[in-house]
Amino acid sequence: MNLRHQASRRGFLRLTGLAASVLALAPRLAFAAWNKAAFETKALADAYKALGVESPIASGDIQINASDIAENGAVVPVEAISKIPNTTQISFLVEKNPTTLTAQFDLGPDMLPEISTRLKMAQTSNVIALVKADGKFYTATKEIKVTLGGCGG
Amino acid sequence: MGLPMKIRATSKDGVTEVKVLMNHVMETGLRKEPSGEIVPALFINEVTAKLNDKVVMQAQWGPAVARNPYLAFKVKGGKSGDKVSISWKDSSGDARTDDATIS
Repeated sequence: MNLRHQASRRGFLRLTGLAASVLALAPRLAFAAWNKAAFETKALADAYKALGVESPIASGDIQINASDIAENGAVVPVEAISKIPNTTQISFLVEKNPTTLTAQFDLGPDMLPEISTRLKMAQTSNVIALVKADGKFYTATKEIKVTLGGCGG
Repeated sequence: MGLPMKIRATSKDGVTEVKVLMNHVMETGLRKEPSGEIVPALFINEVTAKLNDKVVMQAQWGPAVARNPYLAFKVKGGKSGDKVSISWKDSSGDARTDDATIS
């Protein structure tokens, strides 16, 4: 009886411990509502400001995999790979699109810092991968030439 | 409700690779019909990925993610038979969740 009681108590403690660790994780993936202000910015500097990015560091440890020329701006495959330790966020920005910030990915601790997606590009532009690691921001830039625009073209 | 996503999840050497193809118009709000009428914006703006019911990644998107969005990512853990779940919400408040089993 006593033994059984202890066992269930231990189980309870384990459960609460688990709950506590889940709660402790929560701030890392704080699910903020959609950042309307940042997604409506129309220039790189404004996007950085809205995201709280101050003088990001250009880094060779971020790789952007995309072809140099996109024949169809409506579908431009891009991949960003960060080799910077403790990468917690990867964002894609397209400098000359009507709105600059395109996608922002918040990575939990189990995620590998590699994201692939497809963007729309209105015209030839620099595409920026913005990486957040240990609270600092790093960037890599790649120009992608667009032969046919992706926005209403 | 939206239309179903295609999700493929494969596990190799302790890392699960997830590929998702969503079914969504992703209207920017800038496109015009031939009549000159502007097609109103309608796009997925929030995406959540879960591995075995634990959130591993969350994304915020703007309208310049391509139509029928493709997303691929890798996450540590997960084995054959485990569950991957992807959810999205769009700018109209519509939402959808689809699950896949890791192969």
